[in-house]
Amino acid sequence: MDLLYDTLFNGLAIGSVLVLAALGLAVVFGLMGVINMAHGELMMLGAYTTFVVQNLFKNGPLETLFPVYILVAIPAAFVVSGLAGLLLEKTVIRRLYGRPLETLLATWGVSLILQQFVRSVSSAFAIGLVLAVVLGVLFPRLSPASLWRQRWTPLVGVGSWIVSGLIGIAVASLLGGVRVLDQPWFSARNIDVTAPIWLRGSLDLGALNMPTARLFIIALTAASLAAVMWFLQKSVWGIRIRAVTQNRSMSDCLGIPTETVDALTFLVGSGLAGVAGVAVTLLGSVGPNLGGNYIVDCFMVVVLGGVGKLLGTVVAALGIGVLSYVIGSGSLLLVWPAMPAGLNELVTFFATTSMAKVLVFALIVVFLQFRPAGLFPPKGRLVEA
Amino acid sequence: MPVLRGWKRWLPWLVVVALALILPAVLPPFRLNLLGRFLSLGIVALGIDLIWGFTGLLSLGQGIFFALGGYGLGMYLQLRSLAPGELPEFFGLYGVKTLPAFWQPFNSPLFTMLAIWVIPALVAGVLGYLVFRNRIKGVYFSILTQAALLVFFNFFNGQQKLINGTNGLKTDTARIFGDLVGSAAMQRNLFWLTVVLVIACWLLCRWLTRGRFGDALIAIRDDEPRLRFTGYNPTAYKTIVFALAGAMAGVSGALYTVQSGIVSPQFMAVPFSIEMVIWVAVGGRGTLIGAVLGAVLINYAKSLVSEALPETWLFIQGGLFLLVVTALPDGLVGWWTAGGPQQILALMGSTPVAPTYPQLDLDPGVLAEKEQLRSVGSQPGGAE
Repeated sequence: MDLLYDTLFNGLAIGSVLVLAALGLAVVFGLMGVINMAHGELMMLGAYTTFVVQNLFKNGPLETLFPVYILVAIPAAFVVSGLAGLLLEKTVIRRLYGRPLETLLATWGVSLILQQFVRSVSSAFAIGLVLAVVLGVLFPRLSPASLWRQRWTPLVGVGSWIVSGLIGIAVASLLGGVRVLDQPWFSARNIDVTAPIWLRGSLDLGALNMPTARLFIIALTAASLAAVMWFLQKSVWGIRIRAVTQNRSMSDCLGIPTETVDALTFLVGSGLAGVAGVAVTLLGSVGPNLGGNYIVDCFMVVVLGGVGKLLGTVVAALGIGVLSYVIGSGSLLLVWPAMPAGLNELVTFFATTSMAKVLVFALIVVFLQFRPAGLFPPKGRLVEA
Repeated sequence: MPVLRGWKRWLPWLVVVALALILPAVLPPFRLNLLGRFLSLGIVALGIDLIWGFTGLLSLGQGIFFALGGYGLGMYLQLRSLAPGELPEFFGLYGVKTLPAFWQPFNSPLFTMLAIWVIPALVAGVLGYLVFRNRIKGVYFSILTQAALLVFFNFFNGQQKLINGTNGLKTDTARIFGDLVGSAAMQRNLFWLTVVLVIACWLLCRWLTRGRFGDALIAIRDDEPRLRFTGYNPTAYKTIVFALAGAMAGVSGALYTVQSGIVSPQFMAVPFSIEMVIWVAVGGRGTLIGAVLGAVLINYAKSLVSEALPETWLFIQGGLFLLVVTALPDGLVGWWTAGGPQQILALMGSTPVAPTYPQLDLDPGVLAEKEQLRSVGSQPGGAE
C-alpha cells in the first residue's frame, strides 16, 4: 500500500512539472497552431529570473523577506518570459502564421540565440545590444524622409540595421576592456537557486515522506491550471481567444481584434513557461541548456493529450509521469518479486531514468498508431489541411 | 534553370574533377579531412532535401539513420583489428565476456557494406510506414521524428555493455588494407571516396526527382489530398522516399565516422539533426546542389568561427535560421536562380538585362501589386 502511495506521489510530482511546462505550450500550440521550439528557453528565462530575484532578496534591505521571495519570483518570471514571448511574436512569429514548419525552424534559431545570450551576457554586451537596437529604431525617424521614398529604400533599411549592429558590437568590445563591465552575469555554468527553508524540508506522513518542494510544485501546477481554465472559460479575453481559435475570419468580422488576441495568447503561453521555470529551479541546478531537456517531453505531452485540449494535456502529463516513475524505479519487481526470469531481466533493463524514457516514448508512438489524434481528439469535422 | 549547351555543360564537372585532384595536394591534411567530413554531410543533406525540399516532410530525426550507419562501420572496424577470440577493449571495463549476438555479423566486410545503408533504410521504412499510414504529417511528423531520435539517443547513450554507451566507438586505430584509418594517406583516399559517393548520390537524386516519381513527390508536398483523389497512394511514395533518405543518411554517417575517427551517441543529439535541416534551408531546399553546398558552406563557416570566436557561433547560427526563414525561403541557390543578384543591382540603379519587358518588371505599380499579393499570402491562417 505504501508502495502505491509512493508511486502515485512521485509520479504526480514528475507529472506536475510536465503539466506546468506543457501548459503554456498547449495554449500556444493548441490554440494558435504555432510550434514554439523556444518554449524551453522561455522556461530557462523564468529560472534565471528566479535566480535574480533570489539574489535581490539574499542581502540588503529585503533580507527578512527571503522566505517568501519565491512568491515574488513567480509573477516576475511570468512577466519576463511573457514579454520575451510577446517580442518573439511581434517580430518573428507574426510573419510566419500558417507556415508551421518555418515557425519551427525560426523559433529553434531563437532558442539558440537565447541560450548563448544567457551564457555571454555581460554589462558591456547589454549596453552594446541596447545601443544597436536604439540606433536601428531611431534611424528612420532621424534621417531625412526623402531617403525612405527611393527605389533603393530596402537597402537603406537593411544597411541601417547592419551599421547599428556593427556600432553596437564595436561599443560592446570597447567596453569589454573594462573588467567590471566584461564580467558575464551568469556565465555558462549552471546556477543554483537556494530555496527558502520551508521548501527544503519534507512532510512526514507516517510511512510516506513528501518533500515540500514537490508539494509546492503540485500546488503551483494546480493553481496555474485553475487560473488558465478560468481565464479561457470566463474572462472576456479568454472567450475572444477561443472564438478566434474556432473561426478566425468570423471573429474578425465580428470585431474581435485578432492580432491583439494572437499577441495575448502568446504572452500567456510564454508567461506560463516562465512559471514552469520557477518550479524547475526547486528541483536542482539549472543552466542554459535547461530548455532542451524539456522541449521534446512537452511536445509529446501535447500530442498525446490531443491538441487544443487542456484536460488532455493534464491527463497525458500525469500519465507519462506515473509511467516513467513506475518503469524507471523498477518498482514492478517489488510488487511481483516472483516474476519469471525473462520478464525480470526486461524490467531491470528499463529500470533507469533514460531507459524509462525510451520505453515511454516508444509506447506513445505505438499508442498514436491507434489514436492518431491523441487521448482527447477534437470533436467535430475538421478540414484536412 | 536554363539548359546549358556545349562546353558550358561540362564546365561544372571539369571544375569538380579538377578540385578533387588539386585540393588534396594543396590543403594541409587537417583541412582536407575537414572538407571530406563536410562533403560527407552533404549526402545526408541530399536525403533531407529529398524528403523536405521535394516531399514536404520535415524530419528532425535524420540523426538516427546517420548514427546507425556510423555505428555499423564503427563496429566492423572495432572487430577488424582483433585477434580471433579477442573482444574490443571497452567490453572488459563492463565485465562483458562474450560478444553480443548483434555484433557477430559485423565481422564480415560484405555484411557491413550492406548494413550501413540497408539497416538505416529499414528502420526509416518501418518508422515512416507507421507514421504515414496514419496520415500523420506536418508538424506532428516533425515532433514524432524528434521523439524517435530521443529514444535512440537515450538507448545508445545508456547501453555501455552493448555499444560502449556515451563514449562511442573509436575507429582511428583500425587498419584497412594495411593502413591505419587515421593515417593521412587513408584519409586522402576517403576524401576521394566521399567525392565519388556525393556525386553518385546527387545523380541518383536528380534522376529520381526529374521523372514521374519526382512529380509525385512534389505533388505530395503541394497538395496531398488532391494527389490521393487522383488515385495515387501517397503512403507508398512517402515511405520509399523516407527510407531512401535514411539510406543516404547511413552512408553519410559511415563516411563521417571514418573521417572524424569516432562514432558516439552525440551523432543523435537533438540539435545536430536540426542543424542538418538548416544546411539544406540555407543552400536552397528543392535544389539538390544547394543541399550539398549548404552543408559544406555552413560547416566550414562553423569550424572557422568556432576556431576564432567560439561564443558567437550560436548567435550566427540562430541568426541564419531566422534569416533563411524570413528573408530567403528558397535558400542561396533559390535566391540566385530567382534573380536575387539582379534585384539588388536594380535597387542600386543599374537596369537589368531582361529577356522580355524590363519596364514592366520595374514599374512601381506592378511592384506595389506584387508586394500586396505577397502580404496577402502571409496572413494569419490560424490552426490547421
